Amino acid sequence: MVTLSYASFDPAAALADFTARAEGAGAIVSFTGLVRPDAKTGTVNTLALQAYSPMTERGIEAAVSEAEARWPLKASMVIHRVGDMVPGEPIVFVATASAHRRAAFEAADFLMDYLKTKAVFWKKETGPTGSTWIEPRAEDYADSARWADTQG
Amino acid sequence: MARLLYFGRLADVTGTPHQTIDLPACIADTAALRQWADVEHGSSGALLEDTVRLAINNEIAAEPAPVSNADEIAFMPPVGGG
Repeated sequence: MVTLSYASFDPAAALADFTARAEGAGAIVSFTGLVRPDAKTGTVNTLALQAYSPMTERGIEAAVSEAEARWPLKASMVIHRVGDMVPGEPIVFVATASAHRRAAFEAADFLMDYLKTKAVFWKKETGPTGSTWIEPRAEDYADSARWADTQG
Repeated sequence: MARLLYFGRLADVTGTPHQTIDLPACIADTAALRQWADVEHGSSGALLEDTVRLAINNEIAAEPAPVSNADEIAFMPPVGGG
C-alpha cells in the first residue's frame, strides 16, 4: 500500500492501522523519517517535496513488489509526504510485516534506500538565506547499491 | 495542445512549472523540443543538459523520441529521493 500525502500524517495512527492489517505476522518493523532542522546549506525553515504522479507512485509500487519478491512479507506500507513541510514533521513512513524479524528489518531498509535515492521526488530546502534544490548525495547511491550484492 | 512540465529547479529556470502550447510544426522530436524550449525560456542550456531526462506521457523517453501536439512532456532534473 503506497500513499502520497499532501497533508501531515500521524505515524502512530499509521502503525496502528498497519498492525491491524498484518494479522498473523510475528514481526513488524516501522520507520518514520522526520524533516531535519539543519542541512548542509544551514537552517531549514521549510522543505518542499515535489512528485510526478503517477510516475512517483508507480516507482514506489515497483520497489514494494521487489521487496515482496525478495522477502516473505505478510504486508507492507509506505506513506510519503509531498508539498511543504516544517522541521520535525514526518516525511516518510515505512512498515513491513513478516513471520520473523530479519525479513521485516531488511525489507524496510531496502524500501527506505529506494525512497531516499531513486524515488521520483524533487526536494527544495528554504532557510534564512533562501531556497536550494537538493541534489542526490553519493552516499545515498552507495546505500542503494549495496543491495545489488545481496541479490541472487 | 501539448502540455510541458518543468520539475524541480527547472521551474525556477523557465519561470513556470507548466505550460500548455501548440507545438510549432517544426518540432517532431525531443531534441528539437529541448532546443526550442531552451531558447523560448532563455534557459541558457539548462533544458539541454544530459542529466535532465524527458518523460512523454508519464514514461521516461529513450531519446531522441518523437513528440506530438497531444503529449504531456516533462523535463526532469535528477531525482534525489525524499
